[in-house]
Amino acid sequence: MPVLKMQALNKSWGDTHVVRDLEMETREGEFIALLGPSGCGKSTTLRLIAGLEEPTSGSIELDGIEISKLPSAQRGISMVFQSYALFPHLTVAENITFGLSVRGEPRKSQAEKLARVAPLLGLEGLLDRRPAQLSGGQQQRVALGRALIAQSPICLLDEPLSNLDASLRAEMRNEIRSIQRRLGITMIFVTHDQTEAMSMADRVALLRNGQIEQFDTPEVLYSRPASTFVARFIGAPAMNILPPAAFANCGISFPDDVLVGLRPEDLFPVEQGLAGKVTQIEYFGADSILSVDIGAARCAVRLQGRPSIRTGTLLHLGWDADALHLFDAQTGLRREAAATPLT
Amino acid sequence: MKISRNALISFFLLLPAAILLVAFTFYPTVATLIDSVFSTPRGRRPAAFVGLGNFERMAADPVFHRAFLNNLIYAAVVIPASMGLALAMALLVNARIKGRGLVRLAFFTPTILPMIAVANIWMFFYAPDLGLIDQFFGLFGRGGTNWLGQSGTALWALIAITIWKLAGFFMIFYLAALQQIPPSLIEAATLEGASYLQRLRRVILPLLMPTTLFILINAVIEAFRLVDHVIALTRGGPNNSTQLLLHYIYQVAFNFWDTAYAAALSVVLLLVLALIALFQFGYLDKRIHYR
Repeated sequence: MPVLKMQALNKSWGDTHVVRDLEMETREGEFIALLGPSGCGKSTTLRLIAGLEEPTSGSIELDGIEISKLPSAQRGISMVFQSYALFPHLTVAENITFGLSVRGEPRKSQAEKLARVAPLLGLEGLLDRRPAQLSGGQQQRVALGRALIAQSPICLLDEPLSNLDASLRAEMRNEIRSIQRRLGITMIFVTHDQTEAMSMADRVALLRNGQIEQFDTPEVLYSRPASTFVARFIGAPAMNILPPAAFANCGISFPDDVLVGLRPEDLFPVEQGLAGKVTQIEYFGADSILSVDIGAARCAVRLQGRPSIRTGTLLHLGWDADALHLFDAQTGLRREAAATPLT
Repeated sequence: MKISRNALISFFLLLPAAILLVAFTFYPTVATLIDSVFSTPRGRRPAAFVGLGNFERMAADPVFHRAFLNNLIYAAVVIPASMGLALAMALLVNARIKGRGLVRLAFFTPTILPMIAVANIWMFFYAPDLGLIDQFFGLFGRGGTNWLGQSGTALWALIAITIWKLAGFFMIFYLAALQQIPPSLIEAATLEGASYLQRLRRVILPLLMPTTLFILINAVIEAFRLVDHVIALTRGGPNNSTQLLLHYIYQVAFNFWDTAYAAALSVVLLLVLALIALFQFGYLDKRIHYR
């Protein structure tokens, strides 16, 4: 089964270093998300794999074969573009079979492959239409169809859902995921939306300034973030990162050179604990987000339903032993330390 | 009758454009049609109705035949050659090449030169023995050709000038259209395994079709309209070998002062252009994908 491996991959334009020493290896039939804020190099990484950009240095291997110098068409990689990049003058069928047709595949086998892919994406009734006559979701399916028909072992998706509205996005999320499972191919998709990455991917690579900050399963990214950057990026609202001084009022002391991380959903009201003043309550239906001022620090707390707490009241907060995260104050990296519960 | 205020304002807003169109397009067209069925008024003899007399004369006029044939050859070569060259130049300067700003400028320069200045430059190229072309052929002992002075080469010499002049102009439209094509389309085609020629034939050219039609219409008009260089270089000679329709109309009207016959010739030119326009809009337009 195909394994994509990138080693010491670098890309820079002049002085701007976009991808730095990227190391990454996929497993069989894996669904991988490249996640990060804009400008972190995730799209560039995808374009390097596709061969649309040439790396400054480093290697990209597919099944042990170096592909970084090959023309993109010979890499065994397909791609879905963010803008879909459908050919406006061709019909849906012609768009999907474009690659087969330029590579000189016989019409009969083109038609057979099309007949296999179209039902997979629900495109049977639309094959004679042109892209301009399709909705955004349908265009997305056509782009997927074009990428899937050649049965390339690796399929790249550049922000596949960013041009769809919210309800369609949820639908396509499931659909892409189920197609990937059914075909057993490796998919790598780029996104800046952490919920998208967390809900779809087997593993998420979180990028920052062209470097991988953490590459692991969504569960590990959430429960054991490798740095304050990961901790703040994953989860909504983000993890509270508090200075040790904030904990003075509940009598817990931390070393001076750490930062303390607590997720809003891990905090709950207790009789006696970390005391703070509720300054704001946002109600979302299933839950509410409370803003609590602890000294100079502000802390978010997620509570079920609509709490009976009013703004301005004093709230005591507690947490479970394994909910506490410690980070180095200087480097921001995770520290493993004896957890301190407060219940 | 009561006219609404709105209609009155609309009427006055349209008036300036309407006056211009009527005075300089519709009235002359109608007047030309009327003049073409009358004789030319001379001295004390006023214009008399002659029916199709002017057109019968035209059918028997060898110079008109020559001009018509010349113009067909001229158009048949100038239109595809200038458009093909324009596309090739646009593809070249749209690619990432060094000094493409300079190349674009060089390609576009012929367009901003007045035709009379262009004629002067080419006079220098075409001059027998002294000219650039003859000096080059002289290296192989084949100088002494009077490019503009022989009936065998004169029309082709003018065709070369027109292509040179028009290609740069058309290139600008192609270049603008090429830059409208999203790069991701080309990337997608590349990723799917399309070679440069396949990308050109299957993606770029179809997407350029609306521009191609626009340029084609312009090229047809120019092929019948450009006669400045004929006036400056050959005056239709030698032996009517560079006689073009519009130049013949000019000669008949303003050298021979045979205005009625010139009007009849103009009607023929109008008909030819109208037929071509009908074909372009009626037939080609339906086969083009507009974004």
